[in-house]
Amino acid sequence: MAERVFTYGNEMVGWGAVNAGCIYFFGYPITPQNEVTAWFARELPKRGGVFVQSQSELGSINLVQGAAAAGARVMTSTSSPGWSLMQEGISFLALGELPTVIHVAQRGGPGTGTMRHAQMDYLSATRGGGHGGYKTIVLAPASAQEIHDLVQLAFYLADKYRNPVVVLSDGILGQMREPVKVEPLSFPPLPEKDWAIAGKAKHKDGKFREGLGGRGMVYPAEYIGALEGLDKKYRQMQDAEVRYEEYQVEDAELLLVAFGYVARVCQEVVNIARSEGLKIGLIRPITLWPFPYEVIKEKAANGARFLVVEDNLGQMIDDVRLGVEGRAETHFLGIFARHLTSDLGIIFPDRVLEETKRLLEKGR
Amino acid sequence: MVIKEKVAGPSRIWDVSRVIVPLCAGCQHGVATTLIGLVIEELGIEGRAIAVHGAGCNSLPMSGFDIDRIIGPHGRGPDLATGLKRVHPDAIVFTIQGDGDLLAIGADALMGALARGEKLTIIMYNNSNYSSTGGQMAPTTLMGQVTPTCPTGRGPDAGYPVHGAEMLAGFKTVVYSARGAVNTPANYQATKRYLKTAFQKQIDNIGLSYVEIISACPVQWHMTPLQSLKWVEKIIAEYPLGEFKNVDRIE
Repeated sequence: MAERVFTYGNEMVGWGAVNAGCIYFFGYPITPQNEVTAWFARELPKRGGVFVQSQSELGSINLVQGAAAAGARVMTSTSSPGWSLMQEGISFLALGELPTVIHVAQRGGPGTGTMRHAQMDYLSATRGGGHGGYKTIVLAPASAQEIHDLVQLAFYLADKYRNPVVVLSDGILGQMREPVKVEPLSFPPLPEKDWAIAGKAKHKDGKFREGLGGRGMVYPAEYIGALEGLDKKYRQMQDAEVRYEEYQVEDAELLLVAFGYVARVCQEVVNIARSEGLKIGLIRPITLWPFPYEVIKEKAANGARFLVVEDNLGQMIDDVRLGVEGRAETHFLGIFARHLTSDLGIIFPDRVLEETKRLLEKGR
Repeated sequence: MVIKEKVAGPSRIWDVSRVIVPLCAGCQHGVATTLIGLVIEELGIEGRAIAVHGAGCNSLPMSGFDIDRIIGPHGRGPDLATGLKRVHPDAIVFTIQGDGDLLAIGADALMGALARGEKLTIIMYNNSNYSSTGGQMAPTTLMGQVTPTCPTGRGPDAGYPVHGAEMLAGFKTVVYSARGAVNTPANYQATKRYLKTAFQKQIDNIGLSYVEIISACPVQWHMTPLQSLKWVEKIIAEYPLGEFKNVDRIE
């Protein structure tokens, strides 16, 4: 049954999780995602679930690893410095093929950076930020509703591929209040977690189960086979899981490419520009990995030019250029387009519109 | 009539013949892990026991177990064990960790489990060095002991030996803490009792239990197995054997 609520994007992580049947959450306090941990601490015990405040983000991700190995739907949440600490654990989750969901409300970096919004973890999220060259699906919501929906999708995809899935949000989406339709979404059936570690007596065949993380160190002969399995899985994800949204792209001469909160800004830019008769559109990647290279390639081949807008020093633009393959001009508007030089600054529509007009003028 | 307990014997829960990467000649990890297997068998908990291994030589015996098991990142055993235990509170979850795994890189995970009072059993193999990487200095390395990373012998600038069993006994959440060795039949039997008590604490759901087992590492100590047994006595002189805490409830 659907319920309409008006609340913060960060709280939608919790609603999405419980609607996906996740009742285990382990997290450590960090701004700007503290509403997430508080929500789980408050709501999970009411639902028969378990919330643990870990000793660090190293702890969070490894508590998650244990619970995921135990066969539970489990997640954690953090922001950028905590995301750094989790990389080791995510690499182990990848080799162990353990499904889990990691929510990240990005903030400014590097280092302590700021406690406010930014989009500076695109590359570490999409390239497998830890060691060993693994991949994780990265979902980028652009609204509170989408946080709620994509967290549920993330649990489905994690179980489908037995792989961690990242939901890459940001400080603005998390702190913004919006109306949301809260309901469990339906997904195709998934196989039973017959591999879960629970104690031998709980397995139908009476045989022990073990984590897959020993393929290499404990079982040297299984190492290359493990990599072949991961490689195959990553290719399947690339073939089947690309998601993006097109907005007013049909006749567009200039295409904005943006994700997260900046995509909301760019949608407004397209609305204003269209009302002035300018032919611009927006491509919003929803999966940052696998990235929608094909649509970029197709639009570039059809003569569109690109303006990548992201709240950082330039990260997603690398992927847009890979899609463009030199066929079209690719421009960049980044964190220096914010309206203030302090950490309070935001990339507002008027600045993006100004750049759009400048590029359209130049192109004529 | 006095019936003597079997001094050493195979355990069907852990069998060295199933271990894929062989242990070195004279390494006592096999003896220690056999004891764990025997205790699990005697307590009748093999159906709900879960082994969590850290990184290093302590992970190599994993393939010899006939129970559910998992290997985690270096030092994070207590974290994985916590996640498993929180989902399956009826399981008996224990970690097998090295001295460096638990007391150096794993200090974060250990501290977390201690602070929260997770109902786990932590078993640490103390061989006074990092064996799988070449015998480097560990928190447990003796003063004056020569290793590749303290080539002139451990001196005060590299700190002093860290006593796990005594340290953990100081935590309110720890209900059992002991240190044993497997260098003599008497020590072997005592260590078996320690392990049994530690598992019983978890079965009774009281609190965190800890057993440290001194283990010989002849290869990285550059000794014959026989010489290494002598060196174990030096380790015992620094790290006394016995029970440091045994309570029936958290006070």
